[in-house]
Amino acid sequence: MINSGDTAWVLISTALVILMTPALGFFYGGMVRKKNLLSTIMLSITMLAMISVQWILYGYTIAFGPDRGGIIGGLDWLGLAHVTGAPYAAYAPGIPHLAFMMFQLAFAVITPALITGAFVERINFSGFLVFTLLWSTFVYAPVAHWVWGIGGWMRNMGVLDFAGGAVVHITAGISALAVALVIGKRKGYGKVPMEPSNIPLTVLGAFLLWFGWFGFNGGSALSAGAIATQAIVATNAAGAAAALTWMIISWSHKRPSALGFSTGAIAGLAAVTPASGFVSPLSALMIGVVAAIFSYYMIIFRMKIGFDESLDVFACHGIGGMWGIIATGLFAEKALNPAGANGLFFGNITQFKIQLIAVAVIAIFSFAATYILAKIVDTMFLLRAKDNEEDVGLDIAQHGESVY
Amino acid sequence: MGLKKIEAIIRVEKLEEIKNALEEKGFIGMTLTDVKGRGNQKGILLEWRAGEYRVEFLPKLKIELVVDESSVETVVSIISDTARTGRAGDGKIFTSPVDEVVRVRTGEKGRSVL
Repeated sequence: MINSGDTAWVLISTALVILMTPALGFFYGGMVRKKNLLSTIMLSITMLAMISVQWILYGYTIAFGPDRGGIIGGLDWLGLAHVTGAPYAAYAPGIPHLAFMMFQLAFAVITPALITGAFVERINFSGFLVFTLLWSTFVYAPVAHWVWGIGGWMRNMGVLDFAGGAVVHITAGISALAVALVIGKRKGYGKVPMEPSNIPLTVLGAFLLWFGWFGFNGGSALSAGAIATQAIVATNAAGAAAALTWMIISWSHKRPSALGFSTGAIAGLAAVTPASGFVSPLSALMIGVVAAIFSYYMIIFRMKIGFDESLDVFACHGIGGMWGIIATGLFAEKALNPAGANGLFFGNITQFKIQLIAVAVIAIFSFAATYILAKIVDTMFLLRAKDNEEDVGLDIAQHGESVY
Repeated sequence: MGLKKIEAIIRVEKLEEIKNALEEKGFIGMTLTDVKGRGNQKGILLEWRAGEYRVEFLPKLKIELVVDESSVETVVSIISDTARTGRAGDGKIFTSPVDEVVRVRTGEKGRSVL
């Protein structure tokens, strides 16, 4: 039975989440050198087009189609066959099946875009397109199926991931580590100064992401009511708490930068994603504070060891997502969302253990699968830009354009 | 006749003050260039998301004026007194001889053109 309010909310949420992908391009673009700004934005916005097509043709069916052994969806919904305006009750009884598909498309689009922060300024564009197509097929779709698909083994086990802490943030954050290892450092990393080209652009991207996140987490209720509202309140609370925490930490070291403040917000928003529909506003504040502390010191550590995971996808999203999935196992309250469960702080150790298993399995799988895919692409298609392209900058070398 | 060129690298925020101080003493004409440079500190550290990153070349201004030899000391001391904050990055002043000066509009040459 289609509910027009629910449908309206999910469609609006879809638009909000779609906006997050270009926003991510701005967020990342502002942090790279001027010669790679357009290239960096391109990495995100091409996902919007390419994964949209992939999702319609076969992505949706392997992620959400009729289950095959708890591992993957079947090909029954290839080209969106049988995916119509009628609801598919097992996923969302109040909205057209097509609306659910479209909402999920926005998630499938942004996840590979998140990974791009790991290899900006040195990626070979065509190799990147091949890599992300493979990644979407062999990493994103299976994990989405395990956690969210009807019959997925993690869903059956009772893993709680309200809006993609595991499916989106852990997969992206861990995969970023793997690709960064395969592709190697930027030329001159640690020796040549690498100034951010446009910090206001990064700030613009970050707060458009915050805005879009209301659709990301609120829309994940798949209905317009109390759960969506709780998710939005939690989202805002965690983003705010994390941004403030980041600001305080960096101020205690030296000065409170806009760049740090914005990064803190993203870390908090990523962390609250899996918990947003299950936790109270006060729990969300806690989740945000802890996320900022973890992510901040992970960046410091990463810089100290000289590992060029350029824009800290792992520190922000990997750590944020892992902490968020664990935090869901701590702070979730069945009283707030009957579809959820109680976490450890509400007397349920089982849920906490389930969440830990999810983190471990998804992290290990994402890393191994991505490492292999990146190696394959590197061998067959070239993953890294040529030396002189990297020197000149990818904007001119690969796209024939230059910014201001 | 002796003509000298004075090139002063200064802090961006000091321009107004220096311009006024020179004007007061009758030195009106000057050329201004946006430049980037560094001194012995090799630039400065700015805040990254967490920690810091180094900016090696900082934006500065370069003022150029050509004056009569006899005014060099006056101009240099006006600039250096006004530009000084006492912190690293106050800049440098260079002087060098100038062979000739020509006013484009009339073709006049020499000191009277200044």
